[in-house]
Amino acid sequence: MIEIKNLSIDFGRGADRVQAVRAMNLSIAKGETVAIVGESGSGKSVTGLSLTRLLPEPPAVYSTGEILVDGNDVLKMGTTDLRKLRGGKIAYVFQEPSTSLNPVFTIHTQISEAIRLHRTDVSSIDAEVESCLDMVGIVNPRGRMHDYPHQLSGGMQQRVMIAMALACRPQLLVADEPTTALDVTIQAQILEQLRMLKAQTGMAMMLITHNFGIIGGIADRVAVMFRGSVVEEGRTEDVLRNPQHAYTQALISCIPQLGQRRRRLTAIDHALL
Amino acid sequence: MFAYIIRRVLFSVPIVFGVMLLTFFLFFVIQSPDAMARRVLGPKATPQTVNTWLHNRGYDKPIIVPRAAKQSFADYLLISRSWKDSLFIHQMTRLATFDLGSSDVTGRPLIDIFKSGALPSLLITLPAFLLGLMVSIGFALYFVFIRNSALDLLGTFLCIALMSVPLMVYIIFGQWFAALVLKYFPAFGFHMQGMSTLKFLLLPVALIVVSGLGADVRLFRALFLEEMGQDYIRTARAKGVSSARVLLQHVLKNGLINLITMMVASLPFLIMGSLVIENFFGIPGLGNVLFSAIQAPDFAVVQASVFLGSILYLFGLILTDLCYAWADPRIRLH
Repeated sequence: MIEIKNLSIDFGRGADRVQAVRAMNLSIAKGETVAIVGESGSGKSVTGLSLTRLLPEPPAVYSTGEILVDGNDVLKMGTTDLRKLRGGKIAYVFQEPSTSLNPVFTIHTQISEAIRLHRTDVSSIDAEVESCLDMVGIVNPRGRMHDYPHQLSGGMQQRVMIAMALACRPQLLVADEPTTALDVTIQAQILEQLRMLKAQTGMAMMLITHNFGIIGGIADRVAVMFRGSVVEEGRTEDVLRNPQHAYTQALISCIPQLGQRRRRLTAIDHALL
Repeated sequence: MFAYIIRRVLFSVPIVFGVMLLTFFLFFVIQSPDAMARRVLGPKATPQTVNTWLHNRGYDKPIIVPRAAKQSFADYLLISRSWKDSLFIHQMTRLATFDLGSSDVTGRPLIDIFKSGALPSLLITLPAFLLGLMVSIGFALYFVFIRNSALDLLGTFLCIALMSVPLMVYIIFGQWFAALVLKYFPAFGFHMQGMSTLKFLLLPVALIVVSGLGADVRLFRALFLEEMGQDYIRTARAKGVSSARVLLQHVLKNGLINLITMMVASLPFLIMGSLVIENFFGIPGLGNVLFSAIQAPDFAVVQASVFLGSILYLFGLILTDLCYAWADPRIRLH
């Protein structure tokens, strides 16, 4: 469904140019979950945002390559097509739910905005919003849908973000560090929710994270990013059990494990890579 | 909500009291009531007429506190009669009932002076304020929409140019251009008569709008641009919302909440008029009233203007907080 070919993204031009993504290749099939793992600044979020050209241009510049969504190159699309793609075919869940929801609109307003944009066939917006909220496990959706974001807990806010993303039945959900801002028990709930929803809807998912620990049960494949390119890619099990690249090995050895003797976490020596 | 308003109003009382105390102090540090009387009555006034003038207006009383030497310690503790007999306490008790008194110079009741001055002031300031706000927000939104383009850069340049020119230059240029070159607008004066009043208003209003435009557009542009960088704007764009709608819905509402703090407080103050504009165009508004009262000197007018002005300002602040709570769902007043 998604094919990223030889993609390079720069920020700035001339002497100030920074290469965020370098000659990257990645594909995601229909219904597949691909995790993108890497440290801060490795280009994972930039890759996720580039799928619908959400990066502000300038400073972002797509210098080489193409991003094919069902065969159409996103980098050659016009604004109208891009807007149909955003939210309609590819939807996003971001890292920080408390700042990612607009504080001055009710969650009903924000979810219905997405529905109105992409699903003109829906006649009863209220019922649709209610069913979206119900789908992500919000209790009493009818009573809560006129709440403002600040009236909800962090976990519920993230559920609202997911509901909003799924409201238009996207074929791909880009979850950009969806659990990083949440505490551990809520993290597990949200991941379980995502897994369930994925099974229900059959959508594909791009799970962006820096945490190898969370991808085990959820991702079919994993791509490890480092300094803007994919250094290792494979089935999740294989990569976790038998990492090939030194960077992947170092990342995996950083996962703290229950019952293990206390030890220093190994630092990654970037000079060796 | 109601309890909140009551509390805020009660908190305002000591503030008004303090403002008035300062006004009395500053005014009479500069000149004694004696000197005031002589300036109003002219150099030929006899000591007797001066004394009668002072006595009739209560200026023969101690101004704020009577001389300590005249008081015993017991008097001091009990807040003696002479305390209450100061000009300050006397005037404040009168003002507290909103009895503004009358002019020291003309003897005209102040309520009449203010009533006749408020309308010309409002006719200038209110349209200028609303028009200025709308034009500034419009330009700011447009510059945010085309941000970082050549036109945006030109806009920034023009705004800074507009900001750099002092108000006086606008006034003088405006009077020369509109009145002497176009020969349509009067350069000076004010006459209330139906629709033809408009002719006297257009130039001052336009000048206020233009002179404030640069600074406001810059400020609002920065304000809206900051909203553009927020996470929820990215969320809206990720939903497929068009740039125009992102701007007019998501950015505007969040930006307006910040604007309220700056704008609403000045709303009641519009009635006081623009000192400089009214003076240059000879508009008989409250700004002019205050200006000539300070020159006369007419302390009755000064004291009443400051009293009403501080109340209006405090009212504006309370109004700001109420609007803030109304516009931003995160804010609750207790």
